[in-house]
Amino acid sequence: MSYRYDEAIDGPLVTHDRATVVAELRARVPGLTILHEAEELRPFECDGLSAYRTTPLLVALPDTVEQIETLLRYAHEARIPVVARGAGTGLSGGALPLEKGILLVMARMNRIVAIDPDAGIARVQPGVRNLAISQAAAPYGLYYAPDPSSQIACSIGGNVAENAGGVHCLKYGLTVHNILKLEVLTIEGERVTLGSDALDSPGFDLLALFTGSEGMLGIVVEVTVKLLTKPQSARVLLASFDDVERAGSAVAEIIGAGIIPGGLEMMDNLAIRAAEDFIHAGYPVDAAAILLCEVDGAESDVREDCERVEALLRTAGATDVRLARDEAERQKFWAGRKNAFPAVGRISPDYYCMDGTIPRRELPGVLSGIERLSQQYGLRVANVFHAGDGNLHPLILFDANAGETERAEALGGAILELCVKVGGSITGEHGVGREKINQMCAQFNADELTLFHALKAAFDPQGLLNPGKNIPTLHRCAEFGAMHVHHGALPFPELERF
Amino acid sequence: MRDDPIPLDDSQRLVDEIARAISTQTPLSVRGGNTKAFLGRGVPDGAPDGARELDTRSHSGIVRYEPTELVITARCGTSVAALSAALDAAGQMLPCEPPEFDGRATLGGAVASGLSGPRRPWAGSVRDFVLGCRLITGEAKHLRFGGEVMKNVAGYDMARLAAGSYGCLGVMTEVSLKVLPKPRATRSVVLDMTAGKAMTALTNWRRGALPVTGACYADGLLHVRLEGGEGSVESAIGHIGGADLDMAFWTDLREHRLPFFADPRPLWRLSLPVAAPLMPLPGDVMLDWGGAQRWLKSHADASSIQAIAAAAGGHATRYSADATPAPRGAASPFMPLSAPLLRLHRALKARLDPHGLFNPGRLYADF
Repeated sequence: MSYRYDEAIDGPLVTHDRATVVAELRARVPGLTILHEAEELRPFECDGLSAYRTTPLLVALPDTVEQIETLLRYAHEARIPVVARGAGTGLSGGALPLEKGILLVMARMNRIVAIDPDAGIARVQPGVRNLAISQAAAPYGLYYAPDPSSQIACSIGGNVAENAGGVHCLKYGLTVHNILKLEVLTIEGERVTLGSDALDSPGFDLLALFTGSEGMLGIVVEVTVKLLTKPQSARVLLASFDDVERAGSAVAEIIGAGIIPGGLEMMDNLAIRAAEDFIHAGYPVDAAAILLCEVDGAESDVREDCERVEALLRTAGATDVRLARDEAERQKFWAGRKNAFPAVGRISPDYYCMDGTIPRRELPGVLSGIERLSQQYGLRVANVFHAGDGNLHPLILFDANAGETERAEALGGAILELCVKVGGSITGEHGVGREKINQMCAQFNADELTLFHALKAAFDPQGLLNPGKNIPTLHRCAEFGAMHVHHGALPFPELERF
Repeated sequence: MRDDPIPLDDSQRLVDEIARAISTQTPLSVRGGNTKAFLGRGVPDGAPDGARELDTRSHSGIVRYEPTELVITARCGTSVAALSAALDAAGQMLPCEPPEFDGRATLGGAVASGLSGPRRPWAGSVRDFVLGCRLITGEAKHLRFGGEVMKNVAGYDMARLAAGSYGCLGVMTEVSLKVLPKPRATRSVVLDMTAGKAMTALTNWRRGALPVTGACYADGLLHVRLEGGEGSVESAIGHIGGADLDMAFWTDLREHRLPFFADPRPLWRLSLPVAAPLMPLPGDVMLDWGGAQRWLKSHADASSIQAIAAAAGGHATRYSADATPAPRGAASPFMPLSAPLLRLHRALKARLDPHGLFNPGRLYADF
């Protein structure tokens, strides 16, 4: 059993002849760019989860909404699955192609349609990069708040599909909190507006439902996002701790004191050392943990809050607290954190990034649990943590060439199980995609999954949009989930991932 | 006035009643404090053709609340007032300010209707604060979606879909909400200016990142609330001036207790884009949400009011119940949905509530 789409478990798909589909699409959708030669398809075999690779039937690169409409109508009639892809930076294989499916790449739909600075909104096509929105809004003193670490490359359409987060979620929310309106196409090629320019709309909140639905309910062809006024001031404090638990309680102290930092990040010793070695951010390499606490807002509030936070950190047992002297040092402190993943990539041949969330109070127990599991599986784990919102990114260090892949997979599964056990989730911001499809059986019971399938069927009864992602079939859970939950065995040792 | 029942897990009774409704094919009219009965189409009562009432108030009590987690989890029958009191004691609040309606509004009803108070444009809606819920489905299954964590993208966002669905997709039995600390400083002022000047001032303040968290224009006066740190609030007051305003104004606005609401004409709510210009409306008008929510007292007919709202990029909802319960075929007080949107609504309702149990016709006659 591999990550590949398995018709016996994930559901049957209709087989089509590539040349016929290409010819028919060419006839039906004039001007549509279609890639179908082996070497053209190769760059699209995977998204950001590069260990999972499948060659799609073909790649379509539409330039207009009309082309997508016609393509969908054709795919619907011919029963060809459609997998949408933005910039391909997703970490859970949400845009992993299907051998029998069209990969609909939205990269060319990259126009910023309009910015209205007075209303604080921007209308953009789905292929617009996250950072490009903030750059276009900057002349007006505005920006788009959600900032996933891939923001330089990732597209807003993909952000909507994954309900992307970032390091400022606790204060500024996720994608779902920062969009007003979506123009979507149903699988039948019918155009529907979800939400509006007003703050609410009549009927069910389909805007919220679509956000994070991983391309399973429709294709997003335009997004209206909210823009915020840039905070006057932002300052960051770097606190060192000789004990991870104390760093965890410091987080609770700050929030308990009524302060909501713009960013609140924790790194453990292994992550600190890797980042420092790579970026030279000035991190204390002997600390057990560091906290980065950024306070933003009006000048005077930031000053007041910085004093409060510093006092709280010291009381909570920080061995050292440093306030970034200037903007350059602030950027340096952040650079260490933002480059933690590649930094860990330098100290290990391979690493596997997990994305669990936990109630913050469970942090000490979960970290010691991860440490225990790390020893049990004989693989090192570096922990990077969005401490403010309970989103943990353990990075499992392994060497695929030394045959450690399966062990890394198993350790990852055990860590996610631990997150679920303490009331958390298997994914905070990376999505389920194909990667965590089996762990969904641990997160949800059969009735809950059945409801998800019913919900999906309301939009896409034939299951043509991104089949095999996000929600596992009950058959899949019976095959893998039952063993996973009941036998206490290593989860999915048969999976050949990476 | 609050009369909270003893905290009790009464979910099994709710599950049993829904199971019975399936076997007898009797639709249910789901209610908490029944404070929003004026909203939506009436669900005709009285079997065999009408619905049986399902009162959720006995399932009540706060399940979990740890202030440092910024999350509160409570059963649907818990009153909003009881939740607010618990949060207040810990220096926190529900930033979306759902109305309490004399202490009778329940958490379930507040989330199901999604009504948000004066802070909404700046802090977010009720839906924005929903993290998870437990829900009894149309097949009488008691399920859990979302959770008590800030970030969770596992599965479809059923919890936020349930918010604002008027109980038409399932019965929410428990909700987890994100909460926030109360601001350190709050001030409120009133300024004498024309509506046009008020709208311009609000746009400038938004661009200038002033800590505005309430803006209501009524009777020739702009009422403004500022919240944040001491420094930013004081400097904002210095910037905008005005006379002090009693904070009770915002509670009265939230609870529809201002004199404006006493006008006997039907009440309409227009939800418009943030920067929508002022426009003539057929009746008396009060602007809330900095102009994004406009209250109208008017005898004008529904289609003309809704046409004005639609032309401005928004929608209008009738907020007064008809004197007589709406007959089955009566128009919805909510704006009609576009044809493709209506089709999706019907499909969703048919899949999630296949027996058509929950509040049939409450939103629209079709489902």
